[in-house]
Amino acid sequence: MTEHLPILQVIIPLLGAPLCLIIRQERLVGVFALLVSTLTFLISCGQLQQVVQNGVQVYELGGWAAPWGIEYRIDYLNSYLLLIVSAMGAIVLVAAQTSIARELARNRRMLFYTAYLLCLTGLIGILSTGDAFNIFVFLEISSLSSYTLIALGSDRRALTASYQYLIMGTIGATFIIIGVGLMYMTTGTLNMYDLAARLPEVHHSRTVLSAIGFFIVGVCLKLALFPLHLWLPNAYAFAPSAATAFLAATSTKVAVYVLIRFVFSVVGAEFMVTVLPLQEIFIVLGVTGVFATSISAIYQLNIKRLFAYSSVAQIGYMIIGMAIGTPLGLSATLLHLFNHALMKAALFLAIGGVVYRIGSAQLSHFAGLGRQMPWTMAAIVAGGLSLIGVPLTVGFVSKWYLVLALLDKGWWPLTVLVLISSLLAVIYVWRIVEWVYFSQPRIIIDEVKDAPLSQLVPIWILVIANVYFGIDTSLTVGISQKAAALLFSVGGTF
Amino acid sequence: MNIIGLYNYWIVVVLMMIGFYVVIAHENLIKKLVGLSIFQTSVFFFYISTGKISGATAPILDPEYHLYSNPLPHVLILTAIVVGIATTALGLALVVRIQESYGSIEEHEIQSQDTQDQMESQLEAYGFRKKHILSIQNLDE
Repeated sequence: MTEHLPILQVIIPLLGAPLCLIIRQERLVGVFALLVSTLTFLISCGQLQQVVQNGVQVYELGGWAAPWGIEYRIDYLNSYLLLIVSAMGAIVLVAAQTSIARELARNRRMLFYTAYLLCLTGLIGILSTGDAFNIFVFLEISSLSSYTLIALGSDRRALTASYQYLIMGTIGATFIIIGVGLMYMTTGTLNMYDLAARLPEVHHSRTVLSAIGFFIVGVCLKLALFPLHLWLPNAYAFAPSAATAFLAATSTKVAVYVLIRFVFSVVGAEFMVTVLPLQEIFIVLGVTGVFATSISAIYQLNIKRLFAYSSVAQIGYMIIGMAIGTPLGLSATLLHLFNHALMKAALFLAIGGVVYRIGSAQLSHFAGLGRQMPWTMAAIVAGGLSLIGVPLTVGFVSKWYLVLALLDKGWWPLTVLVLISSLLAVIYVWRIVEWVYFSQPRIIIDEVKDAPLSQLVPIWILVIANVYFGIDTSLTVGISQKAAALLFSVGGTF
Repeated sequence: MNIIGLYNYWIVVVLMMIGFYVVIAHENLIKKLVGLSIFQTSVFFFYISTGKISGATAPILDPEYHLYSNPLPHVLILTAIVVGIATTALGLALVVRIQESYGSIEEHEIQSQDTQDQMESQLEAYGFRKKHILSIQNLDE
């Protein structure tokens, strides 16, 4: 049974999605989707344990051996990310039950769960597979379903946001297949493990260089690296709250994984420094991205948009960590993947709780809500503190490792920039605190209470996780350092 | 370098640039999708070209033939075609909904409606009541 875990994790949500359409009973669909995602989460726990105990898990689809058939390869890096994605997938669905009932029309609710499970399938598939073309297929499964999720938003701007994302996302995905096609042309293989072995022979051919260029630009579009992030703020702002929480916590992280997998496992870390000036490009884009988007976040009036900009800024930190090109820097990035998923899920779910009560995510409508919704607002503040990187929160742990990695390299000007940019986060979090706690309510809605318990529980589980993993770092730091060390080890990069 | 012999790759590049240009330059949302389709189709041509070996046949084992074309790119591209159709269908569905709620599929008209919405909500945020708001149309007049 345990040897089939890698495929079961993809198959279960994939089969669950159409079943949601067949069930049709509104309450039942919600519970069913939750069941499916919880099962996926349990499988990912089991799989992580397998990897820790027995090392890399290889699953050959249909029994066809690797370079010909498609294989799923689960190592430390994948199983760690699978855990993040499936955990977020399950926990967001708990809160989604009530949030969706408020935000979507009755006939669209089951479509939400269908698209949600398909999106989960796609993300898990990207993480599991060891085949370059398969990544494209799963990427499109997850992207198409996230366009649908975004378009379900109640504001009409959700439609244009989704359309814009569709155009940018498809260009990104097409760039990725051009890259894969060029690599296939020169090496004759699609298996990433095999590619890693064969690419060094043709490293300096112009075809391979352009293949790598296409692939990286395509992935950077998907992960919303600074100048390519334009689709993200609107998409996050106008999607239904539960969809925003899920996408913000998972989809960009998975794209970062694809980039890490490609740069470190397929072309090799050395290549990034020697052949193409990737390191310089990533550092410059990362730092400018952090500053530009943090400053944009300060001026936002919609709180969902504010945190969407801050998400792009956090991607900047991840890219900086990766571009340092040392195991320590990479482990900082991997830590931040996990930690950022925790904080953004908590924040967006808490905002979803507010939207549930007042029907708006405008900052000005949050005025004075601190007294009426103490628990929900406390969660937003806790998430905000984590975002800034206050000690005892997860945000501190990942920033700490990032700063350590930068100092280890002796790049102190960059260290100073990273620290200054954290101060920008203080400003935008403070703006929220000011509206919520120190201003008079502008709109008076009778009986504004805390979010319902079914939303508060997942929100506070995430907030407590934010603090817990900020104090006890043995699990996250342990796994991410091990994964980073494996990515840097010669030859056995998988 | 054999420029004419590589004519299929030239077609790929030209189509790719046409498609990409249409996506970027056109304001009409449907024309953008047409451009996107052309862009994707050029990649299909590219994959299929790579599988072709001149003088080779389809990979059916027969003692008479010894040279076979590579069928894998074709199979891959079947998947990509399906993905492309799904994307176009979803895109068109979105355009229909956009037309229904904005009354237009021209990008600049949609944008001006959005800016107006945003201005209203901004003014509202700073304490103006809705009826006092100057709309963009009023300002123009």
